[in-house]
Amino acid sequence: MMDESAASVVPGQPATPGHSTQNDAAKPVVADDVVLWAEGLTKTFSAKPNDVTAVRGLSVRVRAHRITGLIGPDGAGKTTLMRLAAGLLVPDEGRIEVLGLDCVRDQAAVQARVGYMPQRFGLYEDLSVQENLDLYADLHGVPQAIRGRRYDELMRMTGLAPFTARLAGRLSGGMKQKLGLACVLVHPPQLLLLDEPTVGVDPVSRRELWAIVNRFVEHEGTSVLMSTAYLDEAERCDEVIVLDEGSLIGQGPPSQFSRPLTGRTFRVRATGLGPRDVQTHLALRSEVIDAVIQGDAVRVVLTEAAASQPDSVLTGLEQAVIESVPPRFEDGFIATLRAKRSAGSAARSPVPTARAEPAARDGLVISVRHVQRRFGEFLAVNDISFDVPRGEVFGLLGANGAGKTTLFRMLCGLLPASGGTLQVAGVDVRKTAARARARIGYMSQKFSLYGTLSVQDNLQFFSSAYGLSGRRRRDRIDWALTEFELGPIGDQTSGGLPLGYKQRLALACALMHEPEIIFLDEPTSGVDPLARREFWQRINSLVHQGVTVLVTTHFMEEAEYCDRMAIMMSGRLLALGTPSEIKQQAVSPERPEPTMEDAFIALIESKPPAGGAHA
Amino acid sequence: MMESRGGSLMRMRGLVRKEFLQVVRDPSALAIAFVLPVVLLLLFGYGVSLDAEHVPVALVVDQPSADTASLCAEFEQSRYFRPQSIVGLRAAEQAMRERRVDAIVHLREDFSDRLQSGRVAPVQLVVNGVDANTARLVTGYVQGVYAKWLEHRAQAAGQSLAVPVAMQQRIWFNSNLRSRNFLVPGLIAVIMTLIGALLTALVMAREWERGTMEALLVTPISMREVLIGKILPYFVLGMGGMALSVVMAVWQFEVPLRGSLWVLLLGTSLFLLTALGMGLFISTVARIQFVAAQVAIITTFLPAFILSGFIFDIRSMPAVIQVITHAIPARYFVAILQTVFLAGDVWSVILPNSIALAAMAAVFLGLTRRLSRKQLS
Repeated sequence: MMDESAASVVPGQPATPGHSTQNDAAKPVVADDVVLWAEGLTKTFSAKPNDVTAVRGLSVRVRAHRITGLIGPDGAGKTTLMRLAAGLLVPDEGRIEVLGLDCVRDQAAVQARVGYMPQRFGLYEDLSVQENLDLYADLHGVPQAIRGRRYDELMRMTGLAPFTARLAGRLSGGMKQKLGLACVLVHPPQLLLLDEPTVGVDPVSRRELWAIVNRFVEHEGTSVLMSTAYLDEAERCDEVIVLDEGSLIGQGPPSQFSRPLTGRTFRVRATGLGPRDVQTHLALRSEVIDAVIQGDAVRVVLTEAAASQPDSVLTGLEQAVIESVPPRFEDGFIATLRAKRSAGSAARSPVPTARAEPAARDGLVISVRHVQRRFGEFLAVNDISFDVPRGEVFGLLGANGAGKTTLFRMLCGLLPASGGTLQVAGVDVRKTAARARARIGYMSQKFSLYGTLSVQDNLQFFSSAYGLSGRRRRDRIDWALTEFELGPIGDQTSGGLPLGYKQRLALACALMHEPEIIFLDEPTSGVDPLARREFWQRINSLVHQGVTVLVTTHFMEEAEYCDRMAIMMSGRLLALGTPSEIKQQAVSPERPEPTMEDAFIALIESKPPAGGAHA
Repeated sequence: MMESRGGSLMRMRGLVRKEFLQVVRDPSALAIAFVLPVVLLLLFGYGVSLDAEHVPVALVVDQPSADTASLCAEFEQSRYFRPQSIVGLRAAEQAMRERRVDAIVHLREDFSDRLQSGRVAPVQLVVNGVDANTARLVTGYVQGVYAKWLEHRAQAAGQSLAVPVAMQQRIWFNSNLRSRNFLVPGLIAVIMTLIGALLTALVMAREWERGTMEALLVTPISMREVLIGKILPYFVLGMGGMALSVVMAVWQFEVPLRGSLWVLLLGTSLFLLTALGMGLFISTVARIQFVAAQVAIITTFLPAFILSGFIFDIRSMPAVIQVITHAIPARYFVAILQTVFLAGDVWSVILPNSIALAAMAAVFLGLTRRLSRKQLS
């Protein structure tokens, strides 16, 4: 009975308000074309000191039988919108309907029809794969008779068939994600809500997840709303909803965002200069909207006026060539964000770059030999060796659980290694960790700031924690406030700051004692692409001053900003080299210009990790 | 309608099975249900005693004689005292200050002379009054020893002691006056409070903490089913813990069990429902295991320890506090357990207390049901 009303709108029944005008025109409305409909949606959470409006006057719709991407940085309101659609939150204002049902009034009916995978995918880690499936089949009332066939199909699709007896907690990150998806699909939902299903997952599992979702859309006609932090994934969606700070920036097919930039996107190569210098040079020009490093070239987006004469941006760059490239979704997103931000706040101020001459890259500052770290039975880091010379940006790319953070903690002397040697700034970390620590800065994944203290207080505290006092301490605090543009917000409590500011403050705190080496553990995770670009400009300027930077990331394209990088997987090093060298390994006739993701996938497939995690 | 009931059964079965699997794989719940009562019973059962036994007492005899020797011998024979002879009152006072003795019995130089000549022969008793309870007990016991000695003396002289009023006493229910018989049943009530509240509060908080609750909520399951799915497995587990506690009380602590098992079962069921309900109620507010455990201990265990009548008699509390104790579920369970263990199935006690427990269970479970929404905020 409920099913019928959900499938079509009976004439005379109140139709979805979004269609009321068409309805008046006596035209039969195909209501099931829109599976999610929201109008004027607002949700505020009470928090100290200021309430947070997660979603502000949002009006969106999601169409049936296709994949709609929900794009935006952390705090844009993606998860809140998902939860509102799943009936887990009640909006303060506005309405939200799913499959023609009001998410508040008909909560139970909505939940019987949608499949929702939260960010932490809701698996019971002490239950086996099979037991998790059984539980969700029971909860969704899947009849016993059809379970066998259903399970077989899901296990085949996810590649989890050999692991049905394994505890969910002992699966790899990618496998957990696939199991989470299988649990949601055990009762085929009409609308699938996936909250960041691919974030931090290795690229092979990511590709598999996409394949499963695509299959359900094609074969079962499922509608999908999926949020993601990866902008390249937006391009694979049929439509995207772009959010920023709780409000809608745009909605439509991804090409709608990139098309206005046709003819304005280029790639610049300079033979004499490194890509970082080219980028620094280009980013300062007023006609350049965006400049990012891509391998040994720099990708630029120009203003409309400059696009007709792209060669003009090359002035000052010797032996540089510029060639046109097709626009991508990210270009459109950046351009839109830039326009929005500069309209609202002060024009973007270029990050101050160091005037100092690039420091010489002499000697090794980090030397890692056969390092191991064991947690019980589990080898989190398994026989890793690499060197980092002074003044280099060294990147560690890998999925969640690859062992990046563990390796970092060992390098900082926060965690003893189970085997091997670690030399940092000429000091054996295993013996004299404290001495090494005075010469390194560490910015951890979760910004370890005191949320109740003001920006000034945090700087005061961290500078004294590093043993600065008197004049030097005052100087460094002044330096941090100017260099990181924290002066105007010096008195605000740091807990309430936007993520981008927190990240800046955390970096400033880690730099108070002028370390020679700085460790950044997933520094850009969750921040918006503008803040991410700005952050990398700061890193570049530090490198100019001779600081050595070690950075972990799960963003493929971010690895390209590094001088050299290593790919980590299940505690082991899969590849080591410059980004171009690593990509070179994946060159094939059908893929002359592989992306970092292609290279990563090729590496995983050529060297299957022990244990058959990706059988 | 039929189909939805079938669906509900299937959901509940799935949830309960999941919960049992988790209990088996994650030993923390088993530890709470079975290890906690054993440890607490051993610790408190042996540790907490209201009896004053082997009290160290200094005997100061200024002028030894046959009379003083027989009085001292009487102290030696008493199980309440561990006497030691000390020469000189000053030394004894020093021993008292250093807490080597808790009382001084001082027989003065003229004790024998006065006794022989039929005059009043005073005995000086100095008691450490810091612990008022023990001090009162010690005073009473010393008087008892003294009276016994007089009686023995009279007997030895072939005459009966002329006492104007003789008290014939009989002690009911706990005829040996073992405080352990009274404490262990109360202790079980306190321990069950902790177990019941901790079990549900922790497992609900765990679901919130690990994010599984969010996934669970977006299934056709109702909040009622979620709550029942939590109560059922932990009720069974709690009953197991209770059975273990009763076995320990009877075999290890030799507490008599005079009432019937099924009355014990009834009382325990009602109480366990209340305790599990309190745990669930806590979990509606505390969604982090650490906080849930803190809240459970502070709001259930501590009041149960102090205000349930387990150690401190409720009737000797100020009126206001007495009123407050009515809000402590353990109070009713302590009364039921003490009665069932020591007196038997005394319905005039068991019935009102059971009704009170049933009402409290209804309040806690009802409140939890009302406050639990299928929502995150």
